[in-house]
Amino acid sequence: MRTVFRNLAALSLAVLSVAAPGVHAEEVVVYSARNEQLIKPLFDAYTKASGVQVKFITDKEGPLLARLKAEGNNTPADLLLTVDAGNLWQAANEGLLQAVDSAVLKANIPVHLRDPEQQWFGLSVRARTLVYNKDKVQPAQLASYEDLADPKWKGRLCLRTSKKVYNQSLVAMMIEAYGEAKTETIVRGWVANLAAPPFADDTKAMEAVAAGQCDVTVVNTYYFGRLMEKQPKLPLAIFWPNQQAGGKHAGVHVNISGAGVTRHAKHREQAVKLLEWLSADAAQKHYADVNMEYPANPAVQPDPVVAGWGRFNQNLINVAEAGKLQARAVMLMDRAGYK
Amino acid sequence: MRGRLLAWAVALAIAALTLFPLAVLAAGLAQMDAVLWLHLRQHVLPELLRNTFWLALGVGGGVTLLGVSLAWLTAACRFPGQGWFDWALLLPLALPAYITAFVWVGWLDFTGTLPTWLREGFGLAWHPPVRSLGGAVLVLTLALYPYVYLTARAAFLEQGSRLLEVAQSLGVSRPRAFLRVVLPVAWPGIIAGLLLALMETLADFGAVAVLNVNTFTTAIYHTWFGLFSLQTASQLALMLAGVVLALVLAESWLRGRQATRQHNGGRPVLIDLHGWRGWLAAAWCGTVLLLAFLMPMLQLVVWSAGVWREDLDLRYFGFVGHSLWLGALGAMLVVVLAVALAYARRLRSGALMLLVARFATLGYALPGAVLAVGFFIPVAWLDRQLADAGIVAGPVLAGTIVVMLLAYASRFLAVGFGPVEAGLGRIGRNLDEASATLGVSGWRRLARVHLPLLRVSLLGAAALVFVDILKELPMTLMTRPFGWDTLAVRVFEMTSEGEWQRAALPALAIVLAGLLPVMLLIRQGRHAAD
Repeated sequence: MRTVFRNLAALSLAVLSVAAPGVHAEEVVVYSARNEQLIKPLFDAYTKASGVQVKFITDKEGPLLARLKAEGNNTPADLLLTVDAGNLWQAANEGLLQAVDSAVLKANIPVHLRDPEQQWFGLSVRARTLVYNKDKVQPAQLASYEDLADPKWKGRLCLRTSKKVYNQSLVAMMIEAYGEAKTETIVRGWVANLAAPPFADDTKAMEAVAAGQCDVTVVNTYYFGRLMEKQPKLPLAIFWPNQQAGGKHAGVHVNISGAGVTRHAKHREQAVKLLEWLSADAAQKHYADVNMEYPANPAVQPDPVVAGWGRFNQNLINVAEAGKLQARAVMLMDRAGYK
Repeated sequence: MRGRLLAWAVALAIAALTLFPLAVLAAGLAQMDAVLWLHLRQHVLPELLRNTFWLALGVGGGVTLLGVSLAWLTAACRFPGQGWFDWALLLPLALPAYITAFVWVGWLDFTGTLPTWLREGFGLAWHPPVRSLGGAVLVLTLALYPYVYLTARAAFLEQGSRLLEVAQSLGVSRPRAFLRVVLPVAWPGIIAGLLLALMETLADFGAVAVLNVNTFTTAIYHTWFGLFSLQTASQLALMLAGVVLALVLAESWLRGRQATRQHNGGRPVLIDLHGWRGWLAAAWCGTVLLLAFLMPMLQLVVWSAGVWREDLDLRYFGFVGHSLWLGALGAMLVVVLAVALAYARRLRSGALMLLVARFATLGYALPGAVLAVGFFIPVAWLDRQLADAGIVAGPVLAGTIVVMLLAYASRFLAVGFGPVEAGLGRIGRNLDEASATLGVSGWRRLARVHLPLLRVSLLGAAALVFVDILKELPMTLMTRPFGWDTLAVRVFEMTSEGEWQRAALPALAIVLAGLLPVMLLIRQGRHAAD
């Protein structure tokens, strides 16, 4: 019993020390929807290089945004990190971020991968592309996202659930390119072609393609990289869709993992410095490579394995549109019966 | 008189933990987004209402069948392996349902182990539709039956064996005696567990998402994360809470009309199941245990074997430590609050007190992340007031263990309250009267008379809450202090980017961390009943 009390006493001390306002001279606080294993090595490297401590909390985007909002001007967070543009757009839309006028960020991050108002910046590019079964499909048969709605793919298409933000962004960008009516026809075509109910994640969809349940799917490339690393013999290959030049629909749909400085940041200067550091050189490389993504900074080369998938043209519509149109895209997919 | 006022004060203070979050959610009720609601009504709600109804019905039936049959066997019968099944059958509790769901998909879906084997070995192109409503019923039944098992078991143990003996001495056959006497007396306990399982089913998001079934809760998250409307999501969540409230009130009303049951005591005399009957009982227990726990565990072990070299590091001591601390402190807090609330209700048994008690336990029926936000907003508001008043420099409440434990209490009070209330209900009022004549009454009677009789229920409640906290995610994510990552948080880090196999390691650690306390508590409970 005595040890229990001693432990309780120790714990209450711990509680107090956690509650006490930090006395670190230099620190920056990050709210992150990007996984701990992907960001911690980088933050450790930053601390080593700059002497600034990085404190962070991970959670899903929705709760993090709600939390920032609830905390208001009392928030400890200086930087918000997410894995898609939609939620950054939403954060900016709700007044949770502030503009950062930084020559470094402007130079490092291409225009279509950052907020026109400079409230958030892409740090890595996540390309959503087609993956097909090499034994059953010739690359020449593939063309574009919209082509997957063609009846020739009936019973040959697998898709991840429409609940995932990656698909919501893809459809949002199609609305921007084609308008709502045509996009809905395309999505209905996809649904009609499905070989199986939508999958809970990209990997499962690719496994279904490899096993022959269907022939082609739409996934983020890093899932492909991860799966092939584990099972190199799978008969899967990447196809870059929409490569014909011209028109708003040209180019592979890309989303970003990115970050913005919070409106009520207590360590604004430190947050901007961290953001700039993440947008350049070694940090960019690590940020992207650790998850087989593409660096947002065009001066930084992707990982050799990733580069080996070939070069492709990105869709150049600003990723902010994905956020702006996300709710409409979701409603469209509900109407079209895409679960 | 003072005792009665105190009862009200206690009940209201406890209920505040849930009432504040509910009030936050209700604050948005004034503004309805008509466009969004029309859309939901036309394209989203019809399917999911149907799904939710069948899911609740299927899981409800499944957990009752499994839970009651297993509890009767292990509590009242003797058969090969009974002493071991007694506690082992609770173990599935330690497995997060969404992990089990993923494991089942990995076995039965087109690309799964079994269909691949059938296809490649025998050219048989068939796979069971596991990613479906039926799959969700199966997975959730196997994951949630322990709630009914535990409460039914406590009911059978505390009931003692005299009821059955008396019935049999009156010439009633044993099966009839079971149906007519034993089961009705145990019913409040069974219902308490069933309600928990149903609440968890309704609030589940992870498992149904993996199994591709749209339910009310998936629509809530769909509206929040996809349509960016936390407000409409809150309104949907309130509807869900309303349905659950109606359900629990109906249950209380039904139960209230029954006469108070007596605590019959008496050492349980185990019914010997000889020969094939005994083996049949063992086979039934064994099959459930195999499907619900052993096979998923084996899968987790296989997956962990592939990743532990890279992922297992010294930080795991911290993760395990945090999980155990939070689980233990949270379980203690919840059980204390549950006893206080249940006893307050015993002292003031009016309809209003019933309503307060039911509101206090609604947190369990809300989708976790919605409750987390509802809980966090008042805390952050208080923090802001303190900071604006210049008393402190930054947030002092948010990000403390105390707030985190209170958050767990608002989520899991139902888990503690159900078993405790059922146990208290089995203690006859004549015991209260008897102790009153001896000068022991009010809150003192609780400590002197009731608590000792409640030990099985209390330990069971503590075990449930402990394991639930080990698995809990949204509250933990939202309220944990910097650096206080737990095993569940590790699972989240891995699964949120689809690295399910790497999630096996922390999931396995959750099971192992939950194993010992569950075993000890169950054995304690058994000794207390003896």
